[in-house]
Amino acid sequence: MLITCPYCGPRDVIEFTYQGDGNRQRPQPASQNLDAWNAYVYDRLNPAGDHNEIWQHSGGCRAHLRVVRNTITHEILSTEFARGGHKTESRS
Amino acid sequence: MAEQHLPERQSPLEPEYHPGSHGNFEHGVDVILSEMRPGTILQLAAWPGEEKQLIEIIGEVTGLALPDGAGGGVSSGARAAFGFAPGKFTVVDEAEGLAQAFAGAITPAVGTLTDLSHGRTAIRIAGPKAEWVMAKFFAIDFALPAFPLGAGRSTNHHDVFAQIQRTGADQFDIYVFRSFARSFWKALCHASEEVGYEVQ
Repeated sequence: MLITCPYCGPRDVIEFTYQGDGNRQRPQPASQNLDAWNAYVYDRLNPAGDHNEIWQHSGGCRAHLRVVRNTITHEILSTEFARGGHKTESRS
Repeated sequence: MAEQHLPERQSPLEPEYHPGSHGNFEHGVDVILSEMRPGTILQLAAWPGEEKQLIEIIGEVTGLALPDGAGGGVSSGARAAFGFAPGKFTVVDEAEGLAQAFAGAITPAVGTLTDLSHGRTAIRIAGPKAEWVMAKFFAIDFALPAFPLGAGRSTNHHDVFAQIQRTGADQFDIYVFRSFARSFWKALCHASEEVGYEVQ
């Protein structure tokens, strides 16, 4: 499986670390809404198909990425920096 | 007052550093390995939005015209610089003291400066089979069109993080953690045996 890092270009999946479901919405740290915290910690869509995920290119540029992966075919449909801001020209 | 002495740097490779020809070199040496021992290795990082400003500062302090863009880099004689991550750059100088030259130039509003001169070991691999040996180590494309002269790459070999800069058509400079450098060096020597290698 290859993931195309927006900075480094296509790299083997072994260079990346999965950082979890990209659909989670973290409640405000001071939030006392237990349902919201419960949903953040436990609720997952677990789709058979396209899935929003957070990955880190831990064995490369160490950037955190927002990745859409098909959970059936493992096709990587899109990758982008999880945090905007860095205006570095992409290689690919 | 006591006289100030710069600490003499010891090479972490020393017990395994054996100048001369090794391996299968009967038909010639196809790879030359050496430790570069630059005086300065710096990591510069720009806050988001300050990347171009930092590239300008690198140009002013070092005289290197660092190209913008992912992994862009330049190498000229004693100095080299390349991008290895978004907004982050490695700057190398044969001489010591480059950190002081940057200290006044990089303001807290622009970014940060980390002196890694004692934390990284720089290994140079050169020769007609350099690409071949590197391709056994790292899962990236080392062909010249994909990895142009001066460019930098971040990758790893068995979890040993490595920054690689192409400093010649058949020459690469590899920056590895000092603590892993001897192990990496031994592996690199083993990998070079089949093509015949010389340690300089």
